[in-house]
Amino acid sequence: MIESCKADFPILDTKMNGHPLVYLDSAATTQKPVQVLDAMDDFYRTANANVHRGAYAIAADATDRFEAARAKIATFVNAGSPNEVVFQRGTTSAINTIAYGWGLYRLKEGDSIVLTGMEHHANIVPWQLICKFTGAQLRYLPMADDFTVDTSDIESTIDETTKIVGCSAMSNVLGTIGPVAEVVEAAKAFGAIVVADGAQSVPHMPTDVQELGVDFLAFGAHKMLGPTGVGALWGRPDRLEEMEPAEGGGEMIRDVKLYESRWASVPHKFEAGTPAIAEAIGFGAAVDYLSDLGMEAVRDHEIELTRYALDRLKEIPELKVYGPDDTAKRGGAVSFTLSDIHPHDMATILDELGIAVRAGHHCAKPLMETIGVPATARASFYVYNTAADVDSLVNGLHKAREVFGVS
Amino acid sequence: MSVEELYREVILDHYRKPRHSGEVADADVTVEGVNPSCGDELFLSLRYEGDTVADAAITGSGCSISQASASMMTDAIIGKTVAEVDELLGVFKKMMTITEGDAGLDPDRPGAVLGDIEALQGVSKFPVRIKCADLAWTALEDALSQR
Repeated sequence: MIESCKADFPILDTKMNGHPLVYLDSAATTQKPVQVLDAMDDFYRTANANVHRGAYAIAADATDRFEAARAKIATFVNAGSPNEVVFQRGTTSAINTIAYGWGLYRLKEGDSIVLTGMEHHANIVPWQLICKFTGAQLRYLPMADDFTVDTSDIESTIDETTKIVGCSAMSNVLGTIGPVAEVVEAAKAFGAIVVADGAQSVPHMPTDVQELGVDFLAFGAHKMLGPTGVGALWGRPDRLEEMEPAEGGGEMIRDVKLYESRWASVPHKFEAGTPAIAEAIGFGAAVDYLSDLGMEAVRDHEIELTRYALDRLKEIPELKVYGPDDTAKRGGAVSFTLSDIHPHDMATILDELGIAVRAGHHCAKPLMETIGVPATARASFYVYNTAADVDSLVNGLHKAREVFGVS
Repeated sequence: MSVEELYREVILDHYRKPRHSGEVADADVTVEGVNPSCGDELFLSLRYEGDTVADAAITGSGCSISQASASMMTDAIIGKTVAEVDELLGVFKKMMTITEGDAGLDPDRPGAVLGDIEALQGVSKFPVRIKCADLAWTALEDALSQR
């Protein structure tokens, strides 16, 4: 397990409702280490200028820091070049960029888009919008009873009509690792592109885009110790070349005339307007922090903590976990229900004890419908969590049973 | 305020045994109430006889606060005139946002006129949960506005 790094996270020293904060909502957003806060603060204090246009020293410094962050992120996911990394506002905007820059131009009536049954709304709704514009249709790979994606019919679901396959690399509700390799194999047979939603996987396990074999991978900084407002779209170089910009404006052009324009080269043609510069620099610092810990160590830490949590939760009568029990098949987001205590009520009782968990549908309503509950409570772990945090959660859940008179 | 005070017996009772669960036969109006951020949803149906709410019922799913609030509300409005229901709605809203010296309500016991519903007053101390208590009442407001 990772030696406790809590000291690097100032917020973990604060109290919530009079109790030391036990933060178990990293699948929603993670806390930020002082190294990330300092990188952003230092940028604003010493180098704040717009990027790629100033003719003075601090503007060059700003551009250097911004582009250095891009290179760090490229290395982090083993991209072939920093130019394969496009800065976006987050995972959602990255997927929308593909939908509007690739899907909108290439799909037509009769085509299909295939998604898995455990996608976040961010990898469902953009494709519904594209279907509305193009007449293409959505299909789904269903869920199996063991909370994994059922790929037994993958060869009939993905066929010659399929142009795009979207696949969560790790579910934000179940923790389940997605069947990316199988999807890639099936999609390649028909020349369909694969869009992997890496919002939960990239922060929690080693990622090698060359090994994954996908065409696009979307992920956000704030779920991996970085700031909100910035994320990355990794794309295969040929896919990025053939993709149209989804947004137009400054920064993304080579030349503009009154009636037509030419685009800047990749990745800049997808980065219209002034980017989130300080945030991108913070993203780079977050990647440095995770690289120092080592992503294998991060994954091992979470496997150990998730195993401990799953076992301790079994001690609680009438508690049901929604997700695989095998830690090799899952990440550290643990969804559960407890007797007839509604997840929002559980979250309120835990909140009073200083414990932060998420309750609700986790922006995955179709999946919630499949697993047959309108809401779950979700505890999710990251590098700063410890077994003591799990113990606090278990004690809090016993308190919830008491308040609700569940014997 | 402690969670024990929030989750009073009467609230848990209404949560577990909702009083007017289902749909009103021959309803004059059915409205939907949704909190998209948390996923709680309900349908409120009403039947009028003249100016009186003759019957009311709720279906849906949600947390103990939203469900108990809905159950208590149906109990409270059946048999009341539309004008009386409107007044009740106003008192409930004030109870949820009570500030000292608010017109017409006892700042110490703003919900005194509400009976069982007064038990929901504790919710106003948990700002993120007020929308749960409000759900059924917002649907009621919607239903009345369609009259």
